[in-house]
Amino acid sequence: MGAIELTNETFQNHVQTGVTLVDFWAPWCGPCKVQLPIVEELGEELKGLATIAKVNADEEHELTSQFGIRSIPTLLLFKDGKVVDTMVGVNQKDVLKEKILKLVNS
Amino acid sequence: MYKSVIVGTGPAGLTAAIYLARANMRPLVIEGPEPGGQLTTTTEVENFPGFPDGITGTELMGNMRKQAKRFGVEFITGWVKNVDLSKRPFILQVEGKGEIVSETLIISTGASAKYLGIPNEKENIGRGISTCATCDGFFFRDKEIIVVGGGDSALEEANFLTRFASKVTLVHRRKELRASKIMQDRARANEKISWALNNTPVEVVTDEGGVTGLKVLNNSTGKEDVIQANGVFVAIGHRPNTGFLTGQIYTDDNGYILTKPGTTETNIPGVFACGDVQDSRYRQAITAAGSGSMAAIDSEKFMESLEQ
Repeated sequence: MGAIELTNETFQNHVQTGVTLVDFWAPWCGPCKVQLPIVEELGEELKGLATIAKVNADEEHELTSQFGIRSIPTLLLFKDGKVVDTMVGVNQKDVLKEKILKLVNS
Repeated sequence: MYKSVIVGTGPAGLTAAIYLARANMRPLVIEGPEPGGQLTTTTEVENFPGFPDGITGTELMGNMRKQAKRFGVEFITGWVKNVDLSKRPFILQVEGKGEIVSETLIISTGASAKYLGIPNEKENIGRGISTCATCDGFFFRDKEIIVVGGGDSALEEANFLTRFASKVTLVHRRKELRASKIMQDRARANEKISWALNNTPVEVVTDEGGVTGLKVLNNSTGKEDVIQANGVFVAIGHRPNTGFLTGQIYTDDNGYILTKPGTTETNIPGVFACGDVQDSRYRQAITAAGSGSMAAIDSEKFMESLEQ
């Protein structure tokens, strides 16, 4: 699997440095089932360049309330621990990849 | 090159796929941003024949997909960026997957939820504005919610959301609901639902954390009022997904594909349309599935006529 599963305990460590994409999803959400495979693929393709991660919104209530998630899928893009982009709904791979690479090279 | 490509994976597209696979047409199905279609954002489907105890939308669509797979249907995930229907074979450009060429095409891209188009709405999608109760209801446990709309889907969402919310207010711009009697009775009997009929949404009210309410115009008093809520679920209908066709296929003024009455034929021979993308009137899972089988049979007949 290409995306790292994050929990409240492991979250900070993973987003602290570099570029991180986090996909908030849940098993009962239809559109999330489209987004997740795309994110998993990005995890493979961007290995070593950025951290690609997922959070199960059904279980990680502290994280969803911390980031004010009220809709899924929601994708958060972090640079050195700071949220720089929030994307709600299903996003295409090329769009995500471009945003991530731009941030990596900035 | 494919004999048949189907764009869209709601009940129409998947039924067409099952029929075409069984007819040995080896269809390719292109699955877009909402696989399974609108049914995957609903809860219980109680009027699809053959399921006496009801079935969830996700389960029903999962079953249809499984059935298509069983007959060897090929699936790819991708957004169709544009199509060239000026001659056959037809050419489809699929985001990230390149070019797909096919002798026949079935369009079953369905329809997507409409928004209200009021200030502060678009900016707050994901911050309290939603069109998917089954996706997002979970985030409003013990909170107050507004559902906007007066049809069956609005009332179904309102009912569903009372599982999570402390209170659901139904806002509708007219005095009368369009929903069926059974849905109305069910909602009226639900003590957690309160009613703000004859109220037109004016503006979404927010603070830095997201949505805090909805400003409405009370049409009987002419006064504006703010209804407090952390979530506003918009259920005011759908618009057909026909933008990618760039006018090559004739549609009505609302974008619904025009088909020759009694068939699924469009203005271009070899291109067929089924499901909600060509149906603004019935919009049922069963009518979509029915028209999907028609599109498959029409495609098959079309291929036969070419081979003769």
